[in-house]
Amino acid sequence: MSTRLDVKKTYKLYLGGKFPRSESGRYLPAKSAKGEHLDNFAHASRKDFRDAVVAARSAVAGWGNASAYNRGQILYRAAEMLQNRAAELVAEIARSTNVSAAKAKREVTLAIDRLVHFAGWTDKYQQVFGSVNPVASSHFNFSTPEPTGVVVVLAPDEPSLLALVSLVAPVILSGNAAIVIASEKFPLPAATFAEILATSDLPGGVVNLLTGKRAELVPHIATHMDVNAIVDGAGDAELSAKLQAGTAINLKRYSKYSLAPADWFSAKAENPYRILDTVEFKTAWHPIGV
Amino acid sequence: MAATKIKFKPVKLSAKRAVAAPRHAPVIPLNDRRLNFGNKWDYAPAPEDSKNYIIAPRHELFINGKFTAPHSGKHFDTINPATEDKITEIALGDAEDVDLAVRAARRAYEKVWSKMPGRERGKYLYRIARIIQEKSRELAVLETMDGGKPIKETRDVDLPIVAAHFFYHAGWADKLQYAFPGRTPRPLGVVGQIIPWNFPLLMAAWKIAPALACGNTVVIKPSKTTSLTLVRLAQIFQEAELPEGVVNVITGVGETGTAIVKHPDVNKIAFTGSTEIGKQLAQMVVGTDKRITLELGGKAANIVFEDAPIDQAIEGIIAGIYFNMGHVCCAGSRLLVQESIYPKVVKKLRDRIQTLRIGNPLDKNTDIGAINNKPQLEKIRELVQSGADEGAEVVQTQCKLPERGYWYPPTFLTGVTASHRVAQEEIFGPVLSVMTFRTPEEAVERANNTPYGLSAGVWTDKGSKIFKIVHQLRAGVVWANTYNKFDPTSPFGGYKESGFGREGGIQGLAAYCRLD
Repeated sequence: MSTRLDVKKTYKLYLGGKFPRSESGRYLPAKSAKGEHLDNFAHASRKDFRDAVVAARSAVAGWGNASAYNRGQILYRAAEMLQNRAAELVAEIARSTNVSAAKAKREVTLAIDRLVHFAGWTDKYQQVFGSVNPVASSHFNFSTPEPTGVVVVLAPDEPSLLALVSLVAPVILSGNAAIVIASEKFPLPAATFAEILATSDLPGGVVNLLTGKRAELVPHIATHMDVNAIVDGAGDAELSAKLQAGTAINLKRYSKYSLAPADWFSAKAENPYRILDTVEFKTAWHPIGV
Repeated sequence: MAATKIKFKPVKLSAKRAVAAPRHAPVIPLNDRRLNFGNKWDYAPAPEDSKNYIIAPRHELFINGKFTAPHSGKHFDTINPATEDKITEIALGDAEDVDLAVRAARRAYEKVWSKMPGRERGKYLYRIARIIQEKSRELAVLETMDGGKPIKETRDVDLPIVAAHFFYHAGWADKLQYAFPGRTPRPLGVVGQIIPWNFPLLMAAWKIAPALACGNTVVIKPSKTTSLTLVRLAQIFQEAELPEGVVNVITGVGETGTAIVKHPDVNKIAFTGSTEIGKQLAQMVVGTDKRITLELGGKAANIVFEDAPIDQAIEGIIAGIYFNMGHVCCAGSRLLVQESIYPKVVKKLRDRIQTLRIGNPLDKNTDIGAINNKPQLEKIRELVQSGADEGAEVVQTQCKLPERGYWYPPTFLTGVTASHRVAQEEIFGPVLSVMTFRTPEEAVERANNTPYGLSAGVWTDKGSKIFKIVHQLRAGVVWANTYNKFDPTSPFGGYKESGFGREGGIQGLAAYCRLD
């Protein structure tokens, strides 16, 4: 009796809305928590990272200037897509981490809800955190937050999907473009998430995903002159110090955002003050007179 | 690229003359029609009397509420840059002194300041603000003597804003929960602060007031050339009965500041100064849990559109670059003028700088005081020389500069291109680089073409254009139809390599609070 042979796929990078393989031609085997070989995925190189920065930079103007209402709708659309394809992600998480389907489902549904939560912040954070300032002179003076630009986000190994979504949403909701370095241990849920994003209305380049080895990419992230900020959720002290050194190069903003795996399931991961890690406050003055 | 070429003879600054005596440097003969003031602008001297104020011959460190001789036993002279006369001696603090100060600050933090109700902390700040107001004139005179700033500015700008900063933040001390909706803010601990020489007391107020309001204690170091008024401020803290150790002042040099940054028991660093030093400090805190905010250099574009109110704009350009001798990180040092109005703007500018009065900073009529220190004067000379060498035309006022002291006349350079050093590097002196543009898009692109992003100016009478350009400029503070305005309620700080964090306003409080 002949059984049908499964079709195996190689999970690719997500750059500028496209899915290239690594320019280096390298790949790595994705393994489950139990050590079974699942599928292969692209092993991103320095050049891939640089390409990602170019893609992100070119996406910043359009995304940053989209109306807050529009960004909110697009993030909500991403949540809709995620809901639609939840089963796919549940299966991906379950086979990668060998948790039960119920537990995987909890992570996916929480990721969907978190995306919805942050989608609502796009047109509110300016009102909550911005201000009109009562200066003593005859001037109208106001401060508004603006996206800083290109942000590199390092996701922790676990929870591979929920942490990534919780880290990326506060970065892009304000109009930044993100380059996400996925979980090194369980990259497949992230790669699948990228495929879902690609079919949402999120413009190409707003979220770019690299899979591979963090330690290999970190020195290039720290030294890149066109990266405005780093959000470090990887929770690796040695890599943190290397990334933080990037502030001494072009004063890119560095913020550490590491939570214990269980905390990504809690309200701690819904902190709106994290939006402020990747925005700049601009203060404008104008005289009042006739 | 100018629509109409204005004829100026380029200044011939030989390297030797530029270094030796720019006060005698050849000044452009203004060969076409110009204002003739005759002797109508000769004012009688009107100096502020400095003899009323007694300056002790020696100033010590302020540690744990007491004035203490430095561990090194060494002192250095602080001079008046307008006369090169010695004013007094200042203690040279070292790492041992910093350690004592940090210990005192830690004790004060744990035993007193962090436990004190916000309302009481606020009352100390109110009290300090009132004493500063009372002593405002004395502090202005000392600031002018020690830093070379014209008394008009120290009296009317620096000191009023210093007091206002303490008043503003005093009121926050018991209201912090309203600054951070949904969070309970807590202080960070011991804060190390390093401030520059361009606004000595004002920078001290910007740093100390929010730190104390949020419940932190402070170890602060002034710049070597301008320690005097901060030591006076320490006397005010004594007079206000601020608990000992809450603020500690360690005077000294660069290594003194390094010792503060590297001290393991400091929780946060706040620095205002050059981008170069800022990057070094950022490197020093790598791998630690110290927080850091940096307010660094700038190379601000001041953009004048053809539909701008021209005379108002000229005043804004002057205020933008010649305020405080251009020793201003947010100075509007790159003037971008729309081509159609370039000849008019340059002509008016050329006339206007002739009316700026340079001389004794203590004189109430003085517009431009002394350059703060000799290395800075040399840097200004060197950069203007580079501008001339690279082909820019140098326009300076025709005025006599005092014989002694550090002086540089108000200067602007025309024919500057984006690649010139004077268009890229922060000069931090009374030197303006003038460039042109044709379209708003070009103006924005040129304005943003710098690693800095502290401030910018926009001049146009069209409201919608202001909002569009303000939005597109990558700078932390944008002045529209005004320039160089400051207020404690208004956050200040940069994008890109001008640093991170904000000072002032509700946003500035975040730099001194823990929110988790």
